[in-house]
Amino acid sequence: MEPLDLIRERLGAAVPGAAIEVVPNPAVAEQSSLRVDPGHAVAVARVLRDEAFWQFDYCSNVTGVDWPEAILREPVRLRRLINGVEREVVSIVERRRPGCLEVVYHLYSMRLGHGPLILRQRTDNRVDQVRVASLTPVWRSAEFQEREVYDLFGVVFEGHPDLRRILMWEGFQDHPMRKDYVEPDDYEYEPTPHDDVLVKARRHYPVGGGG
Amino acid sequence: MNGGLDERALIGALSTGDLMPESAGAAIEEQRPPDASPSGSATRSPAAESVRGEGEFLEVSLGPHHPSTHGVFRVDVVLDGERVVRLKPVFGYLHRNHEKLGERGSYLAAMPYTDRLDYFCSLTNNWAYALAVEKLAGLEVPERAEYIRVIAAELTRVQNHACLIGFLLQEAGAMGTPIMYAFREREKVLDLFESLTGARMMCNYFRFGGCRCDLPPGWIEQCRRVVAELPRFLDEFENLLATNEILMARTQGVGVLSAALAVNAGVTGPNLRASGVNYDLRKADRYGIYDRFKFRVPLGAHGDVYDRYMIRVLEMRESVAILDQALAGIPEGPILNPRSRLRSFRPRAGEAYGRLEAPKGELGFYLISDGSGSPYRYRIRPPSFINLTVLEDLCVGRLLQDAIVILGGIDIVMGEVDR
Repeated sequence: MEPLDLIRERLGAAVPGAAIEVVPNPAVAEQSSLRVDPGHAVAVARVLRDEAFWQFDYCSNVTGVDWPEAILREPVRLRRLINGVEREVVSIVERRRPGCLEVVYHLYSMRLGHGPLILRQRTDNRVDQVRVASLTPVWRSAEFQEREVYDLFGVVFEGHPDLRRILMWEGFQDHPMRKDYVEPDDYEYEPTPHDDVLVKARRHYPVGGGG
Repeated sequence: MNGGLDERALIGALSTGDLMPESAGAAIEEQRPPDASPSGSATRSPAAESVRGEGEFLEVSLGPHHPSTHGVFRVDVVLDGERVVRLKPVFGYLHRNHEKLGERGSYLAAMPYTDRLDYFCSLTNNWAYALAVEKLAGLEVPERAEYIRVIAAELTRVQNHACLIGFLLQEAGAMGTPIMYAFREREKVLDLFESLTGARMMCNYFRFGGCRCDLPPGWIEQCRRVVAELPRFLDEFENLLATNEILMARTQGVGVLSAALAVNAGVTGPNLRASGVNYDLRKADRYGIYDRFKFRVPLGAHGDVYDRYMIRVLEMRESVAILDQALAGIPEGPILNPRSRLRSFRPRAGEAYGRLEAPKGELGFYLISDGSGSPYRYRIRPPSFINLTVLEDLCVGRLLQDAIVILGGIDIVMGEVDR
């Protein structure tokens, strides 16, 4: 497989207007990824699947990542004049990272035996602009996995044929894999006759008592 | 029996071949799936609301406590007589948000949890997780530990496939005998696991950069004895089942999966190879030390349930070949990389995706590290879950009894499906 920069250039030529950028991976350099804007994601995915020298016919893994808004403190080396002498100092720079949800696709080619190529899509924020393009029309293996990302992260996939919750039940409100998820005290609370009994029982005892 | 000719032809058609990079996936049909339209728009809408009331259809909730659903799995089936019109799997009865649990604890703390994913194959789960973390942290694994991993993984594969065949036959109506034959053999393998790891199923044995403890004295000999017995068991098992008339009648031509759909839908493992796609991660990725062993990748020709059964039989034989080679070649030496830190383990920031050929398919772990002691993102790519994507395509148009057999042939464990 050619380097990601080259893939990015070729994709840019094949899909005019697509905003594609390389996201470096400091830990495993060969698993760096390409971020695609949701508007052109399907077109880019089609090219990756159908182009003869790529043939990414197999989408192995689809998953979400939650990036809440955060203040990142990064050390920066600066040269400053201190008492008339120029010295290198380390200064902490604060940078605000806006929150977003990210969907990651790991692509391989079974036919040519290369991969992974990692595709990413980002939502605009975590609250109301949570739409990305579904790649299920291109790779069917994304069908259940995108449903899972929708269920657990709350990303809405445009163009998914059957976008429903998959692991949590219908009617569940929140998205448990988000970093700021707070689990309810009682998952399956619903009023039952038993509650009336408890209220009645409480009347027989002084406040706070009744064991 | 009259079926003699037919079955010979079929067994002969199950060709075997080595994966060469240029021929990888050569069996995939030339035409692409017409944009992989999942299964026709008519069958896409949720549940059976729209067809209820037309008079003739019956909606049945198969499971979650049906004995053939491998645990707590439910499929909502819409039937026209006995014929399946629509089939929607319903997940989540065993969901405990494993991934969130993994993100809360340290890297090592997730290792025992991985045992509970596919509880038939805890050692390959351990290995897949260790593989991903080793990729993330750039850890090497000592030679002896690599051999131990291969031996453990192939033993796992043998007992998993044997039991799957037992379950499949159980679901086809052969109550007791095949599954008991398989479990008898599995006991011997589990005894090996117990003396190696201290646990029969929840092994929690591999560590980042090696294994938890060395082999106990005499383990290799004990393992050799068990492995030497395996071919006899496989012969017996195959003689019992391979040409069984009922098995052939119930599985041949049932649940045919085309190679193009299998690739597009991310089906992996024996199910994929039964459709004739030559893709085995032991050959394609050559993770661990699998490049040192000589073994073949069995491929199916028809992609039906019988091929899926036969692929597993043949894979068990290849596993025995790998085990023989690994047991002969295992060197002395350390079992844990001295650089690996189990406590206060903090890999550098970044991400890694590690995957291996688990008995059920491609098991992957995707980890994002932010430099702290626990993974920022801990994701499992579960093979049984994704192999179920095509369940509806395989079952629609077949009888309900075929749906049971098709589900049995896919090989799922709910601990991994629901996580």
